[in-house]
Amino acid sequence: MARTITLTVNGAKVTREVESRTLLVQFLREHLELTGTHIGCDTSQCGACVVHVDGRSVKSCTMLAVQADGAAVTTIEGLAAADGTLHPMQAAFREHHGLQCGFCTPGMVMSAIDLAQTHPTLTETAVREGLEGNICRCTGYHNIVKAVLAGAEAMAGRAEAAE
Amino acid sequence: MYDFDYHRPTTIADAVALLAQAEDGRPLAGGQSLIPTLKQRLAKRSDLVDLSAITELRGIRDDGGTLVIGAMTRHAEVAASDLVRSAIPALAATAESVGDAQVRNLGTLGGSIANNDPSADYPAALVGLGATIVTDRRSIAAEDFFTGLFETALAADELVVSVRFPRPDRAAYQKFPNPASRYAVVGVFVAKTGNAVRVAVTGAGAVVFRHSAMEAALTNSFTPAALEPIETPADDFNGDIHASQDYRAHLVKVMAKRAVAALQ
Repeated sequence: MARTITLTVNGAKVTREVESRTLLVQFLREHLELTGTHIGCDTSQCGACVVHVDGRSVKSCTMLAVQADGAAVTTIEGLAAADGTLHPMQAAFREHHGLQCGFCTPGMVMSAIDLAQTHPTLTETAVREGLEGNICRCTGYHNIVKAVLAGAEAMAGRAEAAE
Repeated sequence: MYDFDYHRPTTIADAVALLAQAEDGRPLAGGQSLIPTLKQRLAKRSDLVDLSAITELRGIRDDGGTLVIGAMTRHAEVAASDLVRSAIPALAATAESVGDAQVRNLGTLGGSIANNDPSADYPAALVGLGATIVTDRRSIAAEDFFTGLFETALAADELVVSVRFPRPDRAAYQKFPNPASRYAVVGVFVAKTGNAVRVAVTGAGAVVFRHSAMEAALTNSFTPAALEPIETPADDFNGDIHASQDYRAHLVKVMAKRAVAALQ
């Protein structure tokens, strides 16, 4: 059954008609052509599809688009500033080479930002546990963890500077 | 995924009415088990009734020493709640051990117990703590609620509203997680209130159960050593690619000893 939904995606209001069974990740990729959010598995395990819904990280392959009606969604495309300046977490992934093939990277970055926002002080153990829901099949975890620690520090620094 | 009609009522009464009218309806809580089964066409439903807009199903409060958690409260909210962490730290730790961070941001207490996966964590906490499940029409003791493999005492149109947890003196949950899914291969919840000890086991059998032999031994002597002579029959246990029946029986003792050791 088709329904009309209205939500905010990366700061812009969008209204679309979707089937009840449309997954949020299909809506983002196929209806809005925001293909930065990836699909890596069918079992809700890999985390390549992680986006933020009302500020918290969720797997967009395990949520219906209709469930996001009225919500604010942020995808990897919504992180960088209008002038192209990368989000501190994105910059940290580049600086620390926190990727190999890059397929898992959008989900890693979205999960990492939520992790940094909900944990004022992050340890290496907390990062490794916090990224349990994101799988990197290049197994490049070492640099990802370094990038997340650096990115979290940069985010905290930016928050302090703004105060 | 097969298509279905989607509803998002704002009151419990409307949700129950929608479920009663539906040909083959199902409540949608956090969706972290339901949506994967629908995606893979393991299930087909005529109607999904999304409970997320019903505000009275959410929240955590203290009711004269009893902790009351709304059915639609997310695992992440239970894990982070100062009230839960101070009243029953083992319950916050149980919530923190479910799935991964993204699953915990959507998954709910009510959804988890209504699904009653044999490897889910919350059933052990509810039975271990002697919790009471409050539905839209009655109260059910946790031991009477979980009736079988993916089966509960709930009627098809009955909704979990909240769960009431009495405070134990001490409690701990230990699980051996599957490294990929983080489901419990075996999980053991131990709670001590006065002289009474409750031991609830998830993951091992078709449904959560109390381990009366361990409870008797721990009532006599609340030490890990007291569990050493207790053997757990493996005959009715789950055996699969992750763990054999005998290995699960072995894990029951190991996890129970770790839980008791954590409370010394």
